[in-house]
Parts: sequence; structure tokens; C-alpha cells
Amino acid sequence: MLTLSINGTSHQVDVPDDMPLLWVLRDVIGLTGTKFGCGIAQCGACTVHLDGQAVRSCVLPASLAQGRDVKTIEAMAQDPVGQKVQRAWLDLEVVQCGYCQSGQIMSATALLTTTPKPNDADIDAAMAGNICRCGTYVRIREAIKRAGEA
Amino acid sequence: MPATFSRRGLLAFGLLGGALVVGVRIPLRSARAAGPAPLMPNGFIRIDPQGAITFIMPDTEFGQGIYTSAGMLIAEELEVGLDQVAFEAAPPDTGQYHTAMRAYVSPLLGEQATGGSTSIRGDWKRLRQAGAQVRTMLIAAAARQWHVDPATCHADRAEVIGPDGRRASYGSLVEAAAAQPVPDDVPLKPASQFKLIGHRQPRVDTPAKVDGSLQFGIDVRLPDMKIGTVLACPVIGGRLRSVDEEAAKRVPGVRDVVRLDDAVAVIGDHFWAAKQGLAALDPQWDEGPHAGLQIADIVHAQAEASDREPEVIAKEEGDARAAIKGAAKTVSAAYQMPFLSHAPMEPVNATLHVRSDGADLWVGTQVPVRARNTVAQVTGLPPEKVQVHNYLMGGAFGRRLDVDYITQAAAIAKQVPYPVKIVWTREEDIQRDLLRPYYYDRLSGGLDGQGRITGWTHHGTGSSVMARWQPKGMQKDGKLDPDTVEGATETPYGIPAMRVGFTRVEPPGITTAWWRGVGATHNVFMVESFMDELAAAAGKDPVAFRRDMIGDNARARAVLDLAAEKSGWGQKLPAGVGRGVSLQLSFGSFLAHVLEVEVTSRGEVHLRRAVVAVDCGTAVQPDGVVAQIEGGLIFGLSAALYNEITVQDGRIQQSNFNNYRVLRIDEAPRIEVHMIRNDEGPGGIGETGTVAAAPALVNAIYAATGKRLRRLPIGNQLVGA
Ligand code: FES
Ligand code: FES
Repeated sequence: MLTLSINGTSHQVDVPDDMPLLWVLRDVIGLTGTKFGCGIAQCGACTVHLDGQAVRSCVLPASLAQGRDVKTIEAMAQDPVGQKVQRAWLDLEVVQCGYCQSGQIMSATALLTTTPKPNDADIDAAMAGNICRCGTYVRIREAIKRAGEA
Repeated sequence: MPATFSRRGLLAFGLLGGALVVGVRIPLRSARAAGPAPLMPNGFIRIDPQGAITFIMPDTEFGQGIYTSAGMLIAEELEVGLDQVAFEAAPPDTGQYHTAMRAYVSPLLGEQATGGSTSIRGDWKRLRQAGAQVRTMLIAAAARQWHVDPATCHADRAEVIGPDGRRASYGSLVEAAAAQPVPDDVPLKPASQFKLIGHRQPRVDTPAKVDGSLQFGIDVRLPDMKIGTVLACPVIGGRLRSVDEEAAKRVPGVRDVVRLDDAVAVIGDHFWAAKQGLAALDPQWDEGPHAGLQIADIVHAQAEASDREPEVIAKEEGDARAAIKGAAKTVSAAYQMPFLSHAPMEPVNATLHVRSDGADLWVGTQVPVRARNTVAQVTGLPPEKVQVHNYLMGGAFGRRLDVDYITQAAAIAKQVPYPVKIVWTREEDIQRDLLRPYYYDRLSGGLDGQGRITGWTHHGTGSSVMARWQPKGMQKDGKLDPDTVEGATETPYGIPAMRVGFTRVEPPGITTAWWRGVGATHNVFMVESFMDELAAAAGKDPVAFRRDMIGDNARARAVLDLAAEKSGWGQKLPAGVGRGVSLQLSFGSFLAHVLEVEVTSRGEVHLRRAVVAVDCGTAVQPDGVVAQIEGGLIFGLSAALYNEITVQDGRIQQSNFNNYRVLRIDEAPRIEVHMIRNDEGPGGIGETGTVAAAPALVNAIYAATGKRLRRLPIGNQLVGA
């Protein structure tokens, strides 16, 4: 039995220790906003915050998230930076299919929380782990800058 | 009702964030026992007496923004705002619904399918007509109640307004409007009166995509649902011999092992259990007839075929071969394009509950009727007993025009008593994908003394997707797949003598499929690469050379000139930097692209800046056009730089984003899209950016380095070269 704090709520889950956090979120707790894209830390679709840091939940054993603060896309509307990012994403119509965007927004929010005015190199470094198959990169870059100005 | 939502952020999901109610489906006919029925005189609009307005979308949404732009067509004539409307995916319609007209069949594709950049072109008249029809009925109903002439009334934001300013909401008029005759051929607004069309509207599907609440097919959760994952034989066409079922069942959370002929599935309480169970199975396979298949043999067969006379001639104008023979200068070249995977961000998946009296399918599909029919076939149920709940898709790119993964999931689901969600791993998604065909084409051209083209021959070789997917689409006695010569027979140029042919070469064991712009990505790459080679042979500037050959095609010339101007074509560039151009007429839209690249001394290609000029006629949702071109370019540049699927000993060698690399944000170029606005009918746009990517890229690399690359992807062809 693991005890996980997710979006401020404590959850007791009966899962194997090595089960990646992604599947605990999606299939056990039912928070499906965090997406599966590759399973090998290549695409960023599964990005969540662990104590505020962007991590790939598809390769993070759930047991390692015990005693830490896990935040998912479902909590970003309550996060002051997350809110700005979501607003900028809508204002600039970043989103196409949307499947990668939970992960993009989690990475962007983590970046803007530590670096409120990121430059292009900061954006490259923070966002290169998030693939968008629809190719929304141009607008992601603009929207991060916009959110940083808000 | 998973795909029902509205821009207001008022999400009308069955149970938001929780389980969906099994068996609930989008009611097309009112299921209510009492109270007035909703108004639904055509298949696209439903207005209920409480005033809720729902658009039923014939096109499926996978990122292209079609709910918004097609919705604008209805809303423009219905006189409502997109913020007043909820959206639903059309059910599979083969005539059993009240429409009985197969209302959701694409006028361009001939079936209920979304693809080929056809949606807006197919919807342009029918959806505006649908909106006008309902508006006319609502106005007539109000006018009758008020005893005034309908011509003195108008409609605005879901209300009818009378001559004296009296107002009636659409909801309040539903019952009376239903008694009105359904008018045909209502005159449509002229472009000068458009309020929505041509004006940027907020996308209707995106608010639920930024807060994680939108459910894709992969997010379906049902009471008692289990989750499974699949492994097919690693050798194409192989069969399952045996598995160690007990080992899988020892994995905590594993429920069942289901064997298929060519694959095995493990089902568990969650995906992780299923995946761990699969890893424990130790499956043994009969590798079958393709265990010796190599990519080199497939390419060799096509190379040989390209040297022979084409199997079918698609276009013969003048005597191209004589013109080339008599030319002052001749150029010949062969080009190759690889097999490609789709790798949509959402791996393919399907959820089914098969019972003795019926089945439900929760899935994202571009072809709902095919989806329903394959479940019926596999389960033996009548098609009308199969309910399809179609979801918005996390990318499709043609992958979801096929239903192989639904067929497979149905074969698994019918063996278990509970609802089961089958999710493919990314490895399965790439290795068991249906592939964009390999192309090996030969082109020859002749130039006269002034450096103008006198004759042109183009012989393509490869698989035909149409022959498998829709055989009735074949032409010339079933010999010609029109997609294989799309963009080859009709170019933006006036070439005096042309001969275009194709030879179908089917690779053993491999199933080929649609992709983002199959025919056009193929042939525009060939044509525009070869145009550049001819320009070089003629000693002319690539833009000037094309301009000379355009003839009287004013729209083509305008986009070429605009792209050249906006990109600063002709400016001096630093060493190692080059610009390439491409020009196309694809899907009814004209597009020119200038790409600037830098090739480093180590042979790496950096994409610096892309400038696109486009004339797609009426741009219904202009910002959506820009977004599709941006995204389409990135998709095409990913493929052109990195992507290929290869086969060794019958096994696909790529498996995930580590070895099927796609472009990342730090590699993406700046992109500028310039639109030429006019009132021509709308052209298709979803695939145009992808088409424009590869030819401009190889032409830019040539400009930067003097090296002509004739084989995609670029990969490391420039490294150490
Ligand atoms: S699913 Fe975790 S990085 Fe791709
Ligand atoms: S929006 Fe579709 S993958 Fe990013």
C-alpha cells in the first residue's frame, strides 16, 4: 500500500512499488489528463510536477513519489502560474489535437515558476523533452513568452 | 456522450472525470417520452425546447480544428455564435437514422470519412445550407405567431427579431418551427455579409484540452472495465505458436491472456499489469513466409520497375520522349521516399464491451461506419446492434482511416465478459503500423536553348493504398490509383509535352496506408526536386525558372512572388546557409514555400526560417489555416529530416521516438505564413504544409552545399560527405 499526495489530496493505493506513477494516476486514481505517449521518457506527454519539478511519470516508480507533492494538469487551474499558461495557450490558439498539451503545459509551468522571463535558450532547454506531433512549437514558444509577461 | 462539449467551458460529458454510463449514446431522434421533440430537420443541427443548440459534426476532429471551422459554416447561416453551441460527433450513418440520406457521407470521399483535406470543401455548401434551412423555419414560425411577413424578421444570436423589435428565442420556437415546411435551396449569404466566415473565432475544442478534462478514446473509464495490451508477431505475417500463460498470470493484477492467430493480449486491472504480464509470456512464433524480408530487396524491386515501361500511363500530352530526345540539354534523376509510420501522439486504442445482444465501441476513428462494421463482422452481431462512441483523437494523420486495431480489439473483447480497453504500446503502434508507401520515381526532362522545359517524363513506382482501401476509387480498368499520380499529372506549370506513368509494386507482407498527404507529399517532392535540378541545368535562379514555366496561372504566380518577396529571396547569405523554394497546387490550394537552412561543417542541418505564401480561396477560419500550415510543415520536416521505417529479416527496425525521431521545439524553424485573401471557393489545407516541407528542404540543402539529395530522409547523408 502506497500513500501518495496528489493535487493536495492523499490517496492510498494498492499497487506494486515499481508501477510507474503514470498508470497509478490514469488507471487507479482516474486522473486521465496526464497522457501516455511513449513510456520511455522520450515524449513528455506524461509530465507531472514532483515538488514543483517537471518529471516524466511514465518512468517514475510510484513508490518514489511517496512523501512528495505530486501535481497534475488537473490542478493547474488553481496554480497562479499554471493559470497564466492556460490563458496564454488559449489566447494564442496553441492547441491542435491537444494530446501533448497537458505535458507541454506542465513543463511550461515548471519553467515559468523558476524562470518568470525565459529566453529562447531557456525555452529550448525546458521544452525539448516534450514532443508535439501536431507541430505546435512556434506557438508554444510565443505562448510561454506571453505567459511570462502576464 | 463523450464528445459533447461547448466553448462556454460547460462540459457536457456523461460524467465528467468519472465513469461514463454504459450504453448511453448520442440520441439523434428524441428519446424523451414527454414534452415537445427537438427541432432537427437535417442531420447537422438539433435545437431542443430548452434552447440548447447542438451541431452534429460529420467530420471527425483530430487537431485540425474542424469542429470550429465547420461549425462556423452552420453558425453563419443559422445566426448563432459558436459560444452558444455544443458539438457532437455524428454517429455512423448508413441510412438507419431519420436522415435516411446518409447525411454524413463526405461529398468528396463518397463515404463517412474525414481525410484528404476535403472537409471544408465538402461542407462549404451543405453546412451553410443546413443552417439556412433551420433559420428559415424558425423565422417562419415566429412570423406566423406575430402575424407579420417573415421577410420583415431577421435572426441574430439564436433569437428571431420582429419588425417592431420583438424577440423570440430559438428554443421557444422549436415546436412551431417543426410544423413549418423544410425548405430546400435557401439562398445563402454573399461573402460581404459574413460575420463569422473569414474572421478568427476561438476554437471550440481547446478549453477542455488545456485543463486535462477532455477525454480522448484512451481515457475512457467504465465500471468493471479492464485494460489490455497486445503484442503481435515481431515478424510481419508470423503466427502465434505458444505462450507461457501461467507466468503472465503470476504477475499481480493480470486477469486474462487472450490468444489471437497472430498476436497475444494480456488483460489486467491496469495497463502496467497488462504490460508486465506481456513481458512474462515468452511467446513463441511461427515466423512465416516473410522472415527473410529485407528493405534492400523491396527498394531493388522498385528500382528495377522504374527502369521499365510504366504499367499504366496517367497522362500523355504531346510527345514528351521525342521532345526530350531533341532537346538542347537533358536531365534525368531518380528519387526515393521511405516507408513512414504515423505515430500520432495518442497511441491507437479501442475499448469494447461485447455482449450477446449487442456491443459498444469507444474509440477515436476517422471512419465510424467502417469501425462499426468491423465490430459487427468480428462479433457476428448485426451492425445496428453495435454502438459507436466516437471521441476526439490525439492525432490521426490517416492512421485512424484504418480499423485494423478495432478489428483486433473486437477479437479480444468478444472472448471476455467485461468491457476492455486495448491500448497499444508505442512500440506496437510503430511496429504494427500500416505504412505510407515507399516510392522510387524516375524523371527526365529536356531544356531548349533558352533554358525552358520542352518535355517531361515521370515514372513512379510503389504500392497503391487505394487498391486496398477503396478499390472502387481505382481508374483505368482498376490499373490506376489516382493518388499515386496526384501532383504529378497536374502541376502549376505549363509544360508542353508530358508523360506521367505509374507501376504498382506491392511490397511483400507490408500493408500500406494513407498518411498526411500521401499522393501530394510524394509527387510534389519529385516534381519540385526535379524543377530545381532543371533550373540548375538551365543556369537559372530557381524562382525565376519556375516563374517562367508557370504560364498564365495567376494564382500560382502570386503565391510564388509573395513567398519570394517576404523571404527576401536573392539576398546574399552567409556560407553554409541556403534557401530552397517549392511551389504546389494541392487539395485546391496554391502554396509557395521558401525554407532557409544552415548546414554545419559536421553535416547537421539547422532549420532557420520558413516563409509560406498561401492562396486557399475563402479562408473560413484564417488562424486555423495558419496553424495547419505551421503544424503541417513541422510534420513534413520531421519526416524529411529523420523518418523512415525499414525492415530487416521481416522485422520493423524502428520502435519508439528514440529511433523514430521527430522534430523538437529546439529544432523547429521560425515560421511565417502569408495569406492571399479572395472569395474563391475554399481549398483544402490540412495537408498542404506537409507537402511543402521536403522539396524546399532538399532544395535549400542544395543551395547551401551544392549537394543534391535524392533520397529521403536526409538522416546523416551529409555527415562526412
Ligand atoms: S509517456 Fe512519458 S515521456 Fe512519453
Ligand atoms: S497538439 Fe497534437 S500532439 Fe501536440
